[in-house]
Amino acid sequence: MSCCAPDAEMALALNRSEAALPSSQEIRLASRTLGGDLRQTELSVPAVHCAACIKTIETALGKLGRVEGARVNLSTKRVSIRWRGDEVPPFVATLGRLGYDAHLFDPEADGKDKTLSELIRAVAVAGFAAGNIMLLSVSVWSGAEGATRDLFHWVSALIAIPALAFAGGIYFRSAWNALRHGRMNMDVPIAVGVSLAYAMSLYETINHGEHAYFDASVSLLFFLLIGRTLDHVMRERARTAVNGLARLAARGAMVLRDGGTRDYLPVGEIEPGMQLLIAAGDRIPVDGRIVRGASDLDCSLVSGESTPRSVAPGDMVQAGVLNLTGPLSLEVTAAAKDSFLAEMVRLMEAAEGGRARYRRIADRVSALYAPVVHLTAFVTFLGWMAATGDWHRAVTIAIAVLIITCPCALGLAVPIVQVVAARRLFEAGVMVKDGSALERLAAIDTAVFDKTGTLTLGQPRLINASSVDPAMLAIAADMAAHSRHPFSKAIAAFAGLAGQPKLEAVSEHPGLGIEATTAGSTWRLGRRGWAGWKARTGDEGKFGGHGATVLSRNGMIVASFTFEDATRSDAKAAVRQLKDAGVSVEMLSGDIANACGEVAGILGIESFVPGLLPSGKVEHIEALTKVGHRVLMVGDGLNDTPALGAAHVSFAPATAADIGRNAADFVFLRESLLAVPLALDISRKAGQLIRQNLAIAVIYNAVAVPIAILGYVTPLIAAIAMSASSLLVIGNALRLQALGPHTQARSTAPDRRSGIDALAQSS
Amino acid sequence: MTTLVYLIPVALFLGALGLVGFLWALRSGQYEDLDGAAERILIDRDDKADQL
Repeated sequence: MSCCAPDAEMALALNRSEAALPSSQEIRLASRTLGGDLRQTELSVPAVHCAACIKTIETALGKLGRVEGARVNLSTKRVSIRWRGDEVPPFVATLGRLGYDAHLFDPEADGKDKTLSELIRAVAVAGFAAGNIMLLSVSVWSGAEGATRDLFHWVSALIAIPALAFAGGIYFRSAWNALRHGRMNMDVPIAVGVSLAYAMSLYETINHGEHAYFDASVSLLFFLLIGRTLDHVMRERARTAVNGLARLAARGAMVLRDGGTRDYLPVGEIEPGMQLLIAAGDRIPVDGRIVRGASDLDCSLVSGESTPRSVAPGDMVQAGVLNLTGPLSLEVTAAAKDSFLAEMVRLMEAAEGGRARYRRIADRVSALYAPVVHLTAFVTFLGWMAATGDWHRAVTIAIAVLIITCPCALGLAVPIVQVVAARRLFEAGVMVKDGSALERLAAIDTAVFDKTGTLTLGQPRLINASSVDPAMLAIAADMAAHSRHPFSKAIAAFAGLAGQPKLEAVSEHPGLGIEATTAGSTWRLGRRGWAGWKARTGDEGKFGGHGATVLSRNGMIVASFTFEDATRSDAKAAVRQLKDAGVSVEMLSGDIANACGEVAGILGIESFVPGLLPSGKVEHIEALTKVGHRVLMVGDGLNDTPALGAAHVSFAPATAADIGRNAADFVFLRESLLAVPLALDISRKAGQLIRQNLAIAVIYNAVAVPIAILGYVTPLIAAIAMSASSLLVIGNALRLQALGPHTQARSTAPDRRSGIDALAQSS
Repeated sequence: MTTLVYLIPVALFLGALGLVGFLWALRSGQYEDLDGAAERILIDRDDKADQL
């Protein structure tokens, strides 16, 4: 009953998380001790939206026993709850009753963002210093003379010290780091310029000189820090949004001890030989062999198969699969660090290539820029020495060259465009992990999609509903409502017709289907062989596809159901737009060739490779890379993770496996696949603007440097030139906000609706 | 010149006051939930403040 429509971008995450609410043991495991028996739990509640939500949640949680207090953070969409005692109060259930799905997130994620607060403090100090020094400088420019000018210079020098030490420290450290590793980055010329300008100004001040550049060195730091902080805030926002998504890997599992006692252990402490109890709806945390029980497993995240697999005692299962229908006892065969999941992480690390090798535009430019600037300053110094022999004058002019070329505009040229681009993508529900991802995305020429869960939703849809007798369909839907098997959910969506006989004694037979009785008849919905035990031939349902699911009455088949994996909304349009943008599209899948062929046909993808192992996907991408292609990988499964790492740049939907989301450069939160062409479009425009900005910076230097070399630069000219070039660059970057807003409108409008639909279905 | 002797310290003091105020606000977590702060003004407070 949330007060208003929850964020559409989060609806998708809710839809998947419904299956596995965190258990109280899990919450306890993730809570933090505050001293005494006071504990604090942080829950991510994506649907929190407005003041009424805050009030509802805080009052409801506050009323629970042993809860000391609850506070909602609307910006991060989290609730932190302080509670006492051993028993965990029923937070999640309470929130669920109110209509808010809650989930835990990684405890490491709530560590305070130290870099951000350091940056903001640095901006504050630099801003204070820049403002005051500028004020004093204005008086000097307007004609303060003699003792007054000296006084103003001395005060400026004093104010500049804390600013350089505190705010400049960030640049000095970074520049030192780069130099120590024999690299060059934009911070090197900044650090050199700022510190030399300060030293020279101090010398001038001591000698009652006329020109001091305190204002230039501090306001330079101030401008650059603003750019850096914005950049950081944007990335942080993306990271928080991704962290707030439902965690799909199990945090722990119930271990059955020899004496019959049960313990909830974190995944890291589970060892081979232990017996685990896996309830229906839980994810399997480690590799194991089934000892007791039968069930259906959703392997879509692990292998890419869209059809659930039924399992019986003796079968091996992999970490990460979702147990759908029945409880299982599992004997652990591998600890978490040797499980399938860990194997994927290793493969991913081995595959990481394109990204590690990529050098950001800013770094490439500065590698060229810094030596040129420093050489120019040095040559200027030599030139003036030779011409006049006045070393003081030569040094002053050389430092003026350094200051005027100090890459204020250049330092802002790249990050400011990327911040604006990331902001536009954020509004469209696409999270960008860092700026280099945008640069890499702009360069791609091949897009590789995973099938299950990426091009399709990984949820089957009933496609022959119209050919099934409506009465039978209604009965089937009633029965299906009792199960969480994906096929059942698909059938249950057709419920609603009244008048069918009332079901009694509904029972689910894991791996087989659902049985129910009405007056006089036994109905079964499930596998053909089990439900239609009297039908010999089995040719009643020759519909092909997955038509192995039937409804039977007293053993005679009365209806047959065909499913197909529903394609993601706009998948076809997204593929077409990518092709229009000159990108060739391929599909790689772990699923069987038939299923792949169907999807490829619907979406208009010509080339696809079915039945691939995780390493196969990596090899395919590496082969493409070798031929010279820049590959974009879009995938969601655990099995795609290595490929996400191997590709030049990667996308994952919000429903992807945890490590996949962490590995991908972009995470899109809404259902629509149009996010991919939109991001490509924005990244290409951003690339264009970055090049324009760099050109502006170069033109500025081409004009300013000769003036500086000839010795005509005064602090006033330096201040005006530097601010003007920065403003020009920022203004140019903001044009991205205005470029082609219609694409965005088109892509958000439909999927906002479908997101809410998804929410409606899940509740 | 004599006016400057006290005007400059006064100006710097006021500026520093603002800076300290900002750093204090930052430290006491007032920038942690900007969206929430904007919405919370709409909530009627009960008799006791809901604090954490």
